[in-house]
Amino acid sequence: MSETSHVGDLQLQLRASPHLKAPDSTPKIMWNVVGSLIPVIAAATWFFGPSALLVLLAATAGAVLTERAFGQRGSLGDGSAAITGLLLGLTLPPGVPLWIAFVGGAFGIGFGKLVFGGLGQNVFNPALLGRAFLQAAFPAALTTWPAATTEWARLRGDNFALPFTTPSVDVVTEATPLGLMKFEATPTDPWSLMIGATGGSLGETAGLLILLCGGYLALRNYLNWRIPVSIFVTVALFQGLLFAVDSARFASPLFALFSGGLILGAMYMATDMVTSPVTNAGAWIFGFGIGFLVILIRTWGGLPEGVMYAILLMNALVPFINRATQPKPYGSPGRAAKRGAREAEA
Amino acid sequence: MSSDLFWILISAMLVNNFTLHLFLGLCPFMGVSAKIATALRMGAANIFVLTITSLAASFLNAYVLPHAPYLRLISFIVVIASLVQIVEMTIKKVSPTLFRELGIYLPLITTNCAILGLAIFQTNRGYGFLEGLAFAIGAGLGLTLALVLMASIRERAELADIPALAKGMGLVLIIAGSLSLAFMGFAGLSTP
Repeated sequence: MSETSHVGDLQLQLRASPHLKAPDSTPKIMWNVVGSLIPVIAAATWFFGPSALLVLLAATAGAVLTERAFGQRGSLGDGSAAITGLLLGLTLPPGVPLWIAFVGGAFGIGFGKLVFGGLGQNVFNPALLGRAFLQAAFPAALTTWPAATTEWARLRGDNFALPFTTPSVDVVTEATPLGLMKFEATPTDPWSLMIGATGGSLGETAGLLILLCGGYLALRNYLNWRIPVSIFVTVALFQGLLFAVDSARFASPLFALFSGGLILGAMYMATDMVTSPVTNAGAWIFGFGIGFLVILIRTWGGLPEGVMYAILLMNALVPFINRATQPKPYGSPGRAAKRGAREAEA
Repeated sequence: MSSDLFWILISAMLVNNFTLHLFLGLCPFMGVSAKIATALRMGAANIFVLTITSLAASFLNAYVLPHAPYLRLISFIVVIASLVQIVEMTIKKVSPTLFRELGIYLPLITTNCAILGLAIFQTNRGYGFLEGLAFAIGAGLGLTLALVLMASIRERAELADIPALAKGMGLVLIIAGSLSLAFMGFAGLSTP
């Protein structure tokens, strides 16, 4: 596509744009995200034993097999189905029966992504849609949090329960830090939240580690840093305000930041390139909305945790945000001029 | 008192959203949500008719139905439908511009289940005049929100490469279900 023209001794190459090429491609970015999740998965396995690996495997199998069966040929290679499965797995409690995790992965990919036409066309984050579906369909299984145990190799629940049967293994359960805070007004020490010595979903612990892994992606520009930053700032500000009003009833901002799935959601799910706004102004609005909804649901809602719903609700608003923050071409008429033109037309 | 009214409004708008939680008024939600502009008008018409409904139901509950409780359903339907027709004729006469803006939507939604639903909910919960008004405006805003969200998503999906099995209403129903799942997050939203 290039030709060479000679102007005197000068050799000029004439080429069509683009002239600047980045070495990034969809598979490269996606597999980088998978790679950055490995420390998080390792931490989950360290804290929750073999159950963590089993749940992650089942959710990923559900997502990948659905993509293989119904997706476009070769779409497995871009790694996006694997990410969906892994992220879904990280939002599940360790003791969840494997078939439920599998169904969640299949639902997320099937109804969250493939019906919209595959990668790049979906509106909702597939992993979170799968999680929301499971939360609606199997609320008991998804809110059973096994207590910490000293035997690493023991399963944290009846992972091998047959479909539609009541789990037969009795587990000792404990509340998550957010549940403790909401229903018993007992805050957990933020430091143990940061290093992960608490109950919860696989990816709800070890906030600092997730922050580091997400930071790596932000440094490589594989996620828009404006989204997590605006989420964290909004949550800290609103929770700080509540904390200043009544520190006995409301949790501290540090607790709000590191508890629940906020860090995982902000770093990995809100920043999904497909379901987040394309403009930077939109990214700030998007992050603000998520942070605000998280605080709203956590403080005044019936559920202890609202990150998943906050992100899904803002996903639904993304087409609207994109339209509102579309940059105007230089020199295009302003609002007043447009109104004048419309009136002249009428 | 005013905070009660505020929570009635929020609850009708988000927590018990008529379309996404109670699945009422699905026909305008599916039928008139292809474009944001028409969805907004539909929403405005909804707010308008719901407010009239609430006023009519308050009046009927206070003065007519105590004497003839068995007339509840039929009087709601007849009074609301004829009231909307009268208002529509008045608007047509007084403000043709507004009439054109609302267009065909007004008569379309008069007999909608969301309208009758509002009147019955309001009666069952024993809302008075002001509470009913807050309830109606909240329900109308919730319908508008659902319509606009649906329309913006559908406008985006129009450019997508939808597989044949999900084209058309199939996808609309799946989007509606996903929105409904997302709105479950508002469950139990109330004063702390």
